[in-house]
Amino acid sequence: MSSPKATLEKLPRGVQVLLGVGALALAAFPFVPVDGRDFYLQMITQMMILAIFAMSLDLLQGVTGLVSLGHAAYFGLAGYALAFLTPADNPVALWWSLPLAAGAAGLAALVIGFFVVRTHGIYFIMVTMAFAQMIYFLFFDNKSLGGSDGIYVYFRPDASAVGIDLENRTHFYYFTLAALIGVYLLLRRLLFSPFGRALSGIRVNEHRMRAVGYGTFGYKLAAFTLAGTLAGVAGYLWAAQTGFVNPELMGFHMSAHAIMMVILGGMGNFAGAIVGAFAFEYVMHFFKDMTKHWQLLMGGFIVLVVIVAPRGLLGLGEKMFGRNKGGRL
Amino acid sequence: MSDLLLSAQHLTKRFGGLAAVNDVSVDLFRDRIHAVIGPNGAGKSTLTNLLSGDLPPTSGQIRLNGRETAGHAPESISRLGLGRSYQKTNIFLPFTVWDNVRLAAQSRERHVPWNPIHWFSSATRMTRVNERCERAVELAGLTHRTHTVAATISHGEQRQLEIAMTLATEPTVLLLDEPLAGMGQAEAESMVALLQRLKKDHAMMLVEHDMDAVFSLADQLTVMVNGQVIASGTPGSVRADPLVQAAYLGEEH
Amino acid sequence: MDFANFLIQLLNSIQYGLLLFMLAAGLTLIFGIMGVVNLAHGSFYMLGAYMAWFFTAQFDSLVLAIVVGTLLAVALGWLLEWGLFRFFYHRDHLDQVLLTFGLIYIFEELRSILWGDDVHAVQVPELLNWSIPLTDTLSYPVYRLVMSGICIALAVGLYLLISKTRLGMKIRAGAFNREMTEALGINIRLIHGVVFALGVGLAAIAGMIASPIASVYPGMGSSVLIMCFVVVVIGGIGSVRGALVAALLVGLVDTFGKVLVPQLAGMAVYMLMALVLLYKPEGLFKQ
Repeated sequence: MSSPKATLEKLPRGVQVLLGVGALALAAFPFVPVDGRDFYLQMITQMMILAIFAMSLDLLQGVTGLVSLGHAAYFGLAGYALAFLTPADNPVALWWSLPLAAGAAGLAALVIGFFVVRTHGIYFIMVTMAFAQMIYFLFFDNKSLGGSDGIYVYFRPDASAVGIDLENRTHFYYFTLAALIGVYLLLRRLLFSPFGRALSGIRVNEHRMRAVGYGTFGYKLAAFTLAGTLAGVAGYLWAAQTGFVNPELMGFHMSAHAIMMVILGGMGNFAGAIVGAFAFEYVMHFFKDMTKHWQLLMGGFIVLVVIVAPRGLLGLGEKMFGRNKGGRL
Repeated sequence: MSDLLLSAQHLTKRFGGLAAVNDVSVDLFRDRIHAVIGPNGAGKSTLTNLLSGDLPPTSGQIRLNGRETAGHAPESISRLGLGRSYQKTNIFLPFTVWDNVRLAAQSRERHVPWNPIHWFSSATRMTRVNERCERAVELAGLTHRTHTVAATISHGEQRQLEIAMTLATEPTVLLLDEPLAGMGQAEAESMVALLQRLKKDHAMMLVEHDMDAVFSLADQLTVMVNGQVIASGTPGSVRADPLVQAAYLGEEH
Repeated sequence: MDFANFLIQLLNSIQYGLLLFMLAAGLTLIFGIMGVVNLAHGSFYMLGAYMAWFFTAQFDSLVLAIVVGTLLAVALGWLLEWGLFRFFYHRDHLDQVLLTFGLIYIFEELRSILWGDDVHAVQVPELLNWSIPLTDTLSYPVYRLVMSGICIALAVGLYLLISKTRLGMKIRAGAFNREMTEALGINIRLIHGVVFALGVGLAAIAGMIASPIASVYPGMGSSVLIMCFVVVVIGGIGSVRGALVAALLVGLVDTFGKVLVPQLAGMAVYMLMALVLLYKPEGLFKQ
């Protein structure tokens, strides 16, 4: 199977500038006096959370070449973990609930990964989807786990230990922004580490990697677990932000959205995942505002992207503005 | 210390009813090149795959550097000191020549993918890996191409890269599957010179169709036809063997 | 569990398994021969069910509805292959996943525009609306037996088509070696169109004949798609025989699992899949 179109590991100067400007814009936004500021704050926070989710999938898909149709399972599991950990009358402390929730997601990824990582190509796609659906139905069918109605998260986590009040919209916004930048820098560093180089090798030619002595199963499983853990971080933030979790968070549509965000932006460099997340959400909101039958437009948009821009927006940008010597950040 | 680095005994590989390799034994000694020749479909590539772990044998034993390896995974066989190059170029096309070889060289570091240290250190600052990589690139004669993308170099250079990657893991046993395939005269000559240089420190098995190269390099020659060994010995004795002449060499002109 | 109950569950398992087979056979054939993964396969099942409901209301006859629906589905399959899918045979799986996901959106919306989002019921035809008595209190619906019968007939037909006809031979040749088949002058494009239309047709028929016993609702495509994937994974991609064995296995495990161990609910089938993956990651009947 040919390797997916991951490219642009070293981001061109233009993209680096774009990212820098973007980060500054995001940091400055809460100070801009605009109508409906609260609404936009919330919307952008959600986009940032989805960007973290997309980056976690990019590690799996863009870097390692594993196309998972079940990544949302870990996103949702961490969200449910927060919901279960938060009592009805008190918030739960951030410092231990976040690692615990992300850890639970990571553990699930480890267990499922053990079965799933031994498959290849189309099988991998199908079994990741199947296991995610299994988890979906587990929550959907069981009243004790909330059932199809879901569960409320009555309080946002308590971060007063570090002087932040997450119930405050602006504080939560900056907390999410910090998480986004943190995860990005972490993953960029990982990309150029021995581990990241090995994952890229596995994507391009797993057979040769084994022939030169890499235990590729272990590498893929580690990537799968790490990706699941980071998806958990995003899921935790989502549950904290929206105050509500339901099985749809773990469902097929959520997983497919993640794939599309990563593809739309351009795979394999994490910047594309961020761009893709923002672009995808924006397009979806735009279509939803236009018509009740927005799914038709969305479907058409997706088909168009596959045909016209298989390497995503960053890939298009590279084609249009030409390659120049890029950097690692 | 024994110079017998790889010993394969009575290897058989069946696909359904067909025996692609049938009771084949091969010994590889340090400082000796053992060539395996035969017509297409003789089972030479299958034999190589059995030795490298790409295919498990139906029966038979393989002893590599003192350990039993029949049916083991390719990665563990590689770690025991076996290097294998492929007939159909099997490199990382989108990466540069340096990155190709570096990745192979990195595999020798004692790595557990779960160790977070390896998630945050810089891959390019691994000194031992870089040294290994430098040596392999130089040996294979690709220093002038170090930072060129592998997909853009010539076919002959890609075959050199094949070898460089095989050497970067510092193996003691080399299995080379048609290293001269598709090479022009000059390129073939430098490849033959390279193989001569490698001989001293390695036990080598060479699968080849280029008869000039085979007879100039081989210390030992095995002829395979239809999955079986029909002759094995010094090049001179094999060449004179009437069975071989009838089955194979007679047609090779 | 007494014998009558056991028999009922067994018949249910087989009926469910055969229905899954109809869907899985199409999916595995399309992937095995053209190398295309089609996430929208479940949508054809859904469209079949909605067509059955709609046309039964129009013609007052389920049988006529099925005939019309099948013709429309086959035509749709042919058109989709000709106009869209054949450009994707060489693209990597990710592109195909995306493309077919986009199609799911489009099909869902089309259905919503044409027929709305309501849940519907389809009546079992009068002729078949009776039950065979098994004991004093238990009986088994004839319609379900007829459903299984239709599936078996189609399965046999498929087998005969693929192994005994010239067309089938060409299909098998095309799966084995496309370039050679083309070089021999066999119209591979035609074959692909036929196979795709066949797959879509089977999925739609499954939806149509199942509609009287399973209600017709918007999400039915996705739920059946998952089971379809599980069947194909267990059976092995490209193997129709594998799809049959796996489908029956899934039918048995799911039905008896739910009856014997209700706490596990739908998990039994996934556990089966996990078990198969440990020992045969490429399916039981991998080519």
